Amino acid sequence: MEEFAALLDALVYTTSRNRKLALIAAYLREAPDPDRGWALAALTDGLDFPAVKSSTVRNLMMERVDPVLWALSRDFVGDTAETASLLWPEPEDSAPQPDLSLAEVVAHLSALTRATAPRELPALFDRLDAKGRYALIKLATGGMRVGVSARLAKTAFAMAFDVPVEEVEEYWHALTPPYAELFAWAADGGPPPDCEHTPRFRPFMLAHPLEDGVVDLADYAAEWKWDGIRVQLVRAGGETRVYSRSGDDISATFPELLDVLPVDAVLDGELLVRGSAQGGEAGGAASFNALQQRLGRKSVSGKMLKEFPAFVRLYDVLLLEGTDWREHPWKSRRATLEALMPHLPESHFDLSQLVEAPDFAALAAIRDTARDEAIEGLMLKHRESPYVAGRKVALWYKWKRDPLLVDCVVMYAQRGSGKRSSFHSDFTFGCWNGDPDAGAELLPVGKAYTGFTDAELKQLDKFVRQNTLNKFGPVREVKRELVFEVAFDSVHSSKRHKSGLAMRFPRIHRIRWDKPAHEADRIKGLRALIKD
Amino acid sequence: MTAAFSWIRPEPWGIHIVPADAWVDPSRPVPRALVTHGHADHARGGHGATLATPATLAIMKLRYATSDGAQPVEYGETVSIGGGVTATYLPAGHVLGSAQILLEYAGERVIITGDYKRAPDPTCAPFEVTPCDIFITEATFGLPVFTHPPIREEIAKLLEAREENPDSCILVGAYALGKAQRVIAELRAAGHTETIWLHGAMEAMCRLYEEHGVLLGDLRLVSAAKKDEMRGQIVMAPPSALNDRWSRRLPEPVTAMASGWMRVRQRARQRGVELPLVISDHADWNELTRTIAEVNPQETWITHGREEALLRWCELSQRRARALALVGYEDEDD
Repeated sequence: MEEFAALLDALVYTTSRNRKLALIAAYLREAPDPDRGWALAALTDGLDFPAVKSSTVRNLMMERVDPVLWALSRDFVGDTAETASLLWPEPEDSAPQPDLSLAEVVAHLSALTRATAPRELPALFDRLDAKGRYALIKLATGGMRVGVSARLAKTAFAMAFDVPVEEVEEYWHALTPPYAELFAWAADGGPPPDCEHTPRFRPFMLAHPLEDGVVDLADYAAEWKWDGIRVQLVRAGGETRVYSRSGDDISATFPELLDVLPVDAVLDGELLVRGSAQGGEAGGAASFNALQQRLGRKSVSGKMLKEFPAFVRLYDVLLLEGTDWREHPWKSRRATLEALMPHLPESHFDLSQLVEAPDFAALAAIRDTARDEAIEGLMLKHRESPYVAGRKVALWYKWKRDPLLVDCVVMYAQRGSGKRSSFHSDFTFGCWNGDPDAGAELLPVGKAYTGFTDAELKQLDKFVRQNTLNKFGPVREVKRELVFEVAFDSVHSSKRHKSGLAMRFPRIHRIRWDKPAHEADRIKGLRALIKD
Repeated sequence: MTAAFSWIRPEPWGIHIVPADAWVDPSRPVPRALVTHGHADHARGGHGATLATPATLAIMKLRYATSDGAQPVEYGETVSIGGGVTATYLPAGHVLGSAQILLEYAGERVIITGDYKRAPDPTCAPFEVTPCDIFITEATFGLPVFTHPPIREEIAKLLEAREENPDSCILVGAYALGKAQRVIAELRAAGHTETIWLHGAMEAMCRLYEEHGVLLGDLRLVSAAKKDEMRGQIVMAPPSALNDRWSRRLPEPVTAMASGWMRVRQRARQRGVELPLVISDHADWNELTRTIAEVNPQETWITHGREEALLRWCELSQRRARALALVGYEDEDD
């Protein structure tokens, strides 16, 4: 545990990507099995101990420190694990105890239940120092916040044992912690892991934004960029699974898709709900708002299935009946997909149509109509592009329509967490429900925490501190003085908000220090943009 | 209770001693100021008269290039400031020259601590616990998560990092007044005799400390060094220079920072610090609470910092307390 705790600390304080890679690689080479496998799982957010939640830790602290002092400390530090590790009272008799291995800690944590955790965790905490407690709580509750993505951890693994990272990715989703087969292969020269017959996730190919560029339509094909969620449908060994963009298995949320794929395949597409908001009747898809009713559910009622029927609009084929198409150019994969379509049930699949245009200027004109059709924009795919994991320059582009802009007044600010702890970085803003000079009120229309620089963050934090009207825990109500120009992709009606609307992807486009609050926009104008 | 002490009135820009019409650490120019110590947020220029310790006055002269109106008061000395009020300056243990100010009027005693700490510091006189009725304390690190480890451990971390990085320099960010000299003095006490390299903004203050009897050993300026000379060496700079263009002249620096905030990981990350050194010239949580208990005043007033938590502690230990909303004190680099 000491080694792992030291690794986490070193990662926190290292900004350089190369040094992070070197630190993780060195740890993976030196730590014993299965400790290093558990560490890799922790860094890739692959561990889950349902008996230990942030609230479990908080409750333990409440029994030991004054709740007000706890809340003030937690608010300042911005991280429950770190606050608890610092505030945990050191045991009176602190005779040094032998270090626990990471595997022992994982075994302890796995054996806990909600009932036993509050009894048994304190003994574990007592055996560790502040650094060790921090590592333990992070391990148990997830979210390392050491500036290491899963991809970086896998890259470090590949570096440590000199194997290609693409191959690591290929096996990754078929294996579970502590990844014994993966270490046996990469570190000890054993055979590659056997995962032929598991319906496993393959990393998605992603697109770069097209910024002011022009492409030649002889080289690139265009498709609509549908506003649903990107999914991968995999059938192998007689079982079908649905994966989200991050590789999460969301099969249980969309049971209607689990017995409709007649062949072994890996398909890439957009999950949508039937409707006509996007692209009219021909578009056949409801707004993202409708799809949202279906997301995040562990089980789905029959009523839900009927009211919001899901289907997949297919973009690409990765594997089909034993053939790996990923090395082949997009145009061949497209032909394969088109040939497959007649074999798929229309009830649950359709094909993402190509958008034809004589030249780029004509395509730009078509894209400009996308807003009326409530579509996000266009995708541009190189006709010769293989299907490669991640974002590779010049293969695929997303060409979103320009964002909508609205001037809003900042109403509330909340402290950020992690790297932004103690800075007020999450803002709620509103628009006027009438003429502000005739006594209209501001109603919240959205929340955003991106779009400003670090220097602007400091200025905003200062503004919040100097203009606080009220404090509600970590939230401050501020004087209605500051205007944000907010960019967003679309706006939908929503019963959850008093203003009756919700923005999609709001971000702060510009801070209008110069603009008086009463000149900000009105709700009425926003409402006119709803295309549900 | 407070009615009886109406002769001392906290205002947003300082503490007003009404019968004497004098101010303690005012953040705007006043005819007469009593200054606790030389940090810029407490010792501003432009007052008619300034009562402070000789070291603090020397620091202010260095800062503002004038000693007009300077009235030195030695530690332990009591001066009459008019209107029947006397002021006694007592060591605060914060930086060279730092003082608590004991004010007495009509049999009532009020202490204003300015900034202070209880941990030993070879560069200044130690804090003296003095009984009083009202104790006006700072609370920069007034949260129970803040405990400053013994400085020896942090200095050992610094020397260890130096051993481990013979091709780099260790760039230590430290407040130019107080923190820098304390770190240097502690390095010397730990047996580090080699040259320590300074950012230009620190030179004059180090010289002033030496003139006041604090020996700092061999110090040289980065601007006079060749890059290779600084490999494996310790370089001191103000925190603002850490990520500045200035640091590009250094050989692959490992960025360290000496500050009480370094106790919190994400605070260190925000500043891009690779080697956090938890070294502060302010009292930590245990020192704050211990000091209030030892002074044992009738009432505690809290000037600046994390006052809510310290108020709560006073409430839990059944001590009368209130927070004063003073503006203009900044503590981000301590």
